[in-house]
Amino acid sequence: MTDFIFGHYIYWAIIALLMIGLYGMIFKNNLVKKLVGMTIFQVSIIMFYVASAVKGSATVPVMDPVTGIADAAKYISPLQHCLMLTAIVVGVATSGVAFSLAILIYRHYKTLDEKVLMEHMKSS
Amino acid sequence: MMDNSPALVPLLLLAAAIAIPVLAIRKAKLAYPLTMVASFGSVIISSYNVFRVWKNGPLTYHFGGWLPPIGIEYVLDPLSSFVALAVNVIAFFVLWHSGGVQEREIPGKSVPYYALTLLFLCGANGIIATGDLFNLYVFLEIFSLAAYGLIGIGEKKAAVASFRYLIMGVVGGSFYLLGIGFLYIVTGSLNMADIRIILPHVQGNPAVVAGLSLIVIGMGIKMAVFPLHGWLPDAYTHAPSTSSALVAPIGTKIAAYALIRILFFVFGVEFVSRSLPVTDVIAWLSAIGILYGSVMALAQNEMKRMLAYSSIAQIGYIGLGIGLANPLGYIGAVLHILNHAFMKGALFLVAANLRKKTGHSDISRLDVSVRKELPWSMAAFTVAALSMVGLPPTAGFFSKWYLALGAIDRGNWVFLAVILVSSLLNAAYFFRILEKVYLAPPPAQKTGEELHPEAGKGRGLLAGGEEYSLTIPVVVISFSLLLIGLWNATIVKEVIQRILPLGM
Repeated sequence: MTDFIFGHYIYWAIIALLMIGLYGMIFKNNLVKKLVGMTIFQVSIIMFYVASAVKGSATVPVMDPVTGIADAAKYISPLQHCLMLTAIVVGVATSGVAFSLAILIYRHYKTLDEKVLMEHMKSS
Repeated sequence: MMDNSPALVPLLLLAAAIAIPVLAIRKAKLAYPLTMVASFGSVIISSYNVFRVWKNGPLTYHFGGWLPPIGIEYVLDPLSSFVALAVNVIAFFVLWHSGGVQEREIPGKSVPYYALTLLFLCGANGIIATGDLFNLYVFLEIFSLAAYGLIGIGEKKAAVASFRYLIMGVVGGSFYLLGIGFLYIVTGSLNMADIRIILPHVQGNPAVVAGLSLIVIGMGIKMAVFPLHGWLPDAYTHAPSTSSALVAPIGTKIAAYALIRILFFVFGVEFVSRSLPVTDVIAWLSAIGILYGSVMALAQNEMKRMLAYSSIAQIGYIGLGIGLANPLGYIGAVLHILNHAFMKGALFLVAANLRKKTGHSDISRLDVSVRKELPWSMAAFTVAALSMVGLPPTAGFFSKWYLALGAIDRGNWVFLAVILVSSLLNAAYFFRILEKVYLAPPPAQKTGEELHPEAGKGRGLLAGGEEYSLTIPVVVISFSLLLIGLWNATIVKEVIQRILPLGM
């Protein structure tokens, strides 16, 4: 049991981050706080991928003349890192679009409070 | 050159999307013709792809010459090449139509608008063609980001609607990413065909189940399946008419296509319908969604909002077809993706024409004068509405027919009842408009000038005083509904049945 908890500690941390992010996106009323939650949510997924690349007693995936290339188990998997570089770019683009929408909303309504905005949306 | 044709469509659209802001920065008028050229090019190339696939069988394209599973590959089989052609054709007509309305709806924003539409189409074509799960994620995000922009470009409320769509969309996309992460950890591959081979050896693994659930929920949000549809009504209502006419036919259908691809061609029918009750859950939720969407559509007074709720119901039909997981249901779902794209395209374009002519699209304020002003648009609307209701020989009848047969084949009478009841509800909310347009007399106090706000402009008008550029796309799309209906047997036999998922 303790092994299950401590052996996977990084995954527990990632789950906690995921939940914090989701909580922020769902329950916070301020749109910028929602975006903070969104960023945490995306970053936790990036950490999940990077954590899944780790191997015990393996080194960075850059060829080391001492280790050689014969044994792939001596290097951690580089693919997840490459994928996450793309995912980071996607995340940055999403944040950019989201913040520009938030600015647009603030210009129109002079508020970023979701409850007030929902009132505006209902009244036509 | 032509060997590279699978990759040419997204490449052409992406290049045009980048070229437009650069070339049209000084002359905004250039944006529209450039977009039309790119869109027409994508139609030509994707028809050529359909022809090649029909003649020689599935095409694959390996990026950078790396063979799968290491490299990224594009796969065009009868299904994907055909869906790509349908998407590009509908987009071509919507973009043609947009030339006449975008100045009024989004003044001074034509350059960003057209750049975004091309990015949107690039993402859509990429999702359809790709054979790699992570590549699909990247295109899904390109596609979604462009859609947020297209919706947010509209009136005041559009920004709020778009923001809500963005929050939901990011959750959907991230769930999908997390899901393929689980799959990658178990299978060590991202190539769809490769995962299809590896998965049977690891099916007992809980990580596969977790990955599948996350992918289904993520795609469900993008597709607006019933309990995850919250973003859709506001987004479609407040977006500019020309954006809703582009996003509504293509946006949710692409996610539905991706879901079909992943459920049936990556996980396999056996796994998603018998080992786990995934398709049952989708079918039941879709059935609730069909009724919910139809009832809500009946309660709306604004035409675009009514069409948005009707979209939720129509997505329900596609979901129901996926959920039946038998050949007839599958045929119905794929056929309905095609039909609904054309129907919703035509209906939203008519709503756009209506807004341009009368300045509103409130159903309660419609009367006979609208039909006199817009005879061709209203004729097109009638055909599309009849197709939504499902009257033969329009296209909508045949997809519902296959879905009903699928439900009977499955022995599930509840689904059959849902299809029939919702057809009645469809009839109720469309005939409400048709009755107003064909029978309701205009209110007496209106003077002629109020009824003709833009009448008498002279050039480029059809018999009833309609502009060619606004009318021809609408008429062509709704006329093609009749053609699809009449030739549906050919489409089913030559396209859909040629690539039935294994084990169905």
